[in-house]
Amino acid sequence: MKQSKDTKNKGNKRPYSMYFLAFVIVLYLVLLVIDQKKMQESLILSWNLLVRILPAMAFIILFMGIMHYAVRPGTVMKYMGKAAGGKGWFLAVLTGIFSHGPIYAWYPLLKELKTQGAREGLIAVFLYNRAIKIPLLPLLIYYFGLAYAIVLLFYMVAASLIEGVMIDFINKGA
Amino acid sequence: MTDKEKSKQKQPTFLASLYKAAKSFARMLPVMIAVILLLGLLRTLVPKETIAHVFTGRWLPDTLLGSAIGSVSAGNAVTSYIIGGELLKEGISLFAVTAFIVAWVTVGIAQFPLEASALGKRFVCVRNGLSFLLSLLVGIATTATMMVIK
Repeated sequence: MKQSKDTKNKGNKRPYSMYFLAFVIVLYLVLLVIDQKKMQESLILSWNLLVRILPAMAFIILFMGIMHYAVRPGTVMKYMGKAAGGKGWFLAVLTGIFSHGPIYAWYPLLKELKTQGAREGLIAVFLYNRAIKIPLLPLLIYYFGLAYAIVLLFYMVAASLIEGVMIDFINKGA
Repeated sequence: MTDKEKSKQKQPTFLASLYKAAKSFARMLPVMIAVILLLGLLRTLVPKETIAHVFTGRWLPDTLLGSAIGSVSAGNAVTSYIIGGELLKEGISLFAVTAFIVAWVTVGIAQFPLEASALGKRFVCVRNGLSFLLSLLVGIATTATMMVIK
């Protein structure tokens, strides 16, 4: 049942993105009829943007490949499920950062962890840190610089821990 | 067959991993291309004054607006970086852009039903509420730190 739900979501993802692309192409066609010059300007601007970010994209594919090769979901769950105390927070941060793939693929595993007694705070830390995408760093650095990327990631990790502690605190009070 | 042999069999080769990464990336492409095309349209059709009118230039309202827009947006983080980076070039404050990016990647309104079915409604409500508030704090702290560094 779980699997069929996941598969359904995975299958739905692509058509929506294709509809979105088709919608934007229709906007361009409408603009072509109304104002050809503006349409050309828009296309040139988009092309220039695409060319600018292409090198970062190549790095993203390479980093995604490395992550997929090095990090297995089973290993991530094994460490996070066993961890407790300070080590638990640390591992939740690390496993969140290094986990990959679509989020819906992780929900059944997280549900299993919760059933086995993992604290909700740790699950929240894991989910928050999934927002830190190592393979996407080249693009973040391209737009905002290395210093910004380091500062942002530092605060995001700190925020994830605050969120985890607060969730555990709220759960204790409930 | 021993467990060690089984895990060895499951380990993909680096080339296979790279191929899988390229396939994952290809799945992101339609949205990425659509967003890039849309940004081209917006830059041509929407005057800078209009964007400046929406974002007031005051750090608190801009940060709030950035977080709010990021929270209701859905999609891969790549898209948020591209939109955020281009907004910054249009003169939008780093407070707003950072809050927008952080809320985009941490607040999951689009995934709400699926996450709630796996982890419970209460957990997802609390988590998303806290993530929204923290996106404001991260936006402010990051920008303030960058101001000090520069």
